[in-house]
Amino acid sequence: MSVDVLSRPRLAPGCRMNEGSQQPRTLLMPERALRLNGPSLEIVERCDGKHTVQEIIAELQELYAKADPAKVEQDILGYLALLEKERALDFEP
Amino acid sequence: MTSAIANPLALIAELTHRCPLHCVYCSNPLELEARAAELSTLDWIRVFREAAALGVLQADFTGGEPLARSDLLDLVRAARTAGLYINLITSGLPLDESRLEALVAAGLDHFQLSFQSAREAVAQEISGTKTHAQKLRVLEWLKRHRVAVTLNFVIHRLNIEQLPEMLALAESSSAGRVEFANVQYYGWAFANRDSLLPTREQLTQSIDFLKKTQERLAGKIKVEYVVPDYYAKYPKPCMGGWGRKLMLITPSGDALPCHAARIIPGLSFENVRNRSVSEIWNSSDAFQKFRGEAWMQEPCKTCDRRTQDFGGCRCQAFLLAADATATDPVCSLGPHRLKVDAILGEINSARARPAPLSAAAPSADLLAKPAWLYRPNPS
Repeated sequence: MSVDVLSRPRLAPGCRMNEGSQQPRTLLMPERALRLNGPSLEIVERCDGKHTVQEIIAELQELYAKADPAKVEQDILGYLALLEKERALDFEP
Repeated sequence: MTSAIANPLALIAELTHRCPLHCVYCSNPLELEARAAELSTLDWIRVFREAAALGVLQADFTGGEPLARSDLLDLVRAARTAGLYINLITSGLPLDESRLEALVAAGLDHFQLSFQSAREAVAQEISGTKTHAQKLRVLEWLKRHRVAVTLNFVIHRLNIEQLPEMLALAESSSAGRVEFANVQYYGWAFANRDSLLPTREQLTQSIDFLKKTQERLAGKIKVEYVVPDYYAKYPKPCMGGWGRKLMLITPSGDALPCHAARIIPGLSFENVRNRSVSEIWNSSDAFQKFRGEAWMQEPCKTCDRRTQDFGGCRCQAFLLAADATATDPVCSLGPHRLKVDAILGEINSARARPAPLSAAAPSADLLAKPAWLYRPNPS
């Protein structure tokens, strides 16, 4: 599975963040939950069906300007692939 | 040794033991709780608030058939307001399209629809009820309303060879997940075990098929598989460890560390009518009983795997070895494995060959009809 950088990831049905007032921020999924912090939270918050993968990468490269841009891209693609494997994401064209 | 007790992550809410199905592998206890003993709407609402405050993330609404509760809509709304993710585990029977829409509007997150088979005849034999056509209707509604859905097929000797048909049903639906969960042998399933356990050959073929299926459907449908642990080399980390992740509340409000815990002699259970979820989790005798490692016997006590499987299942140790502190008898490192091997030996002998339920062999069906013990509907 490889992630298409022009697609727009969106949380799949049955997957949602817990309420904003609840800490730690958590991605809730059928039979599973994933604690989110730092970069993982930044990524999932942008999986809204509007941002393309490419845009998510660009925004996080800006946000983590001190990090190696190639490493940021690689980490994001890896994380999105993991969420896809969990069936937590749909990719809109 | 005392260490801080981590909070539970999920609450299994057995809202009722009433059920229109009579499945021969039901995980409910043999002694079902009556309607008159069930918790009230307000009791449940308090339980959801207390559970969420303790750190619980998800609530599994189950039964019996949770749709048999006429206040289900209120319960969904309250649990969602409390901050819980709500999973409805259901046969889909007492449901129509408008009730489904209302449940989703009230905050239901996920729908787990059980199937007894991909074939009407097998489903009817297993559940003692005509259910299949209604389940297919429910699948259509779920698709139409874009509800997140997992299909759950309970697998056993009579349907393990029908996995491709079940999978075709899943692929034609909108399910994001499908579970092929082999029966685990407690409660009614334990009573019917000798008619349900698959043969080793059946199991090997099914695992092979499902591994390929997982690869083929990666990213489309998440395929989960649970083997019958009698065939496993090491025990399952039952419930993620005793009192480590889950709390089950029975219809009458007793708080249990697992579905079957009542069978263990000498355990008494607190009730949410009298004590808070937090008090029960943190200090009740039943939840403390098998936490940590002090209760363990050899070989668990010094085994490297004890932090992965926590010694396996306490109820299974009691059921098969008459000692709830023994190593889970399925463990190949433990002293009671011979008992499990003897059971498997019987199942795999020529005498106990599976009785295929196919139209092609009706006479064999009649001859090999198991004497099922069906679970009743409690008063």
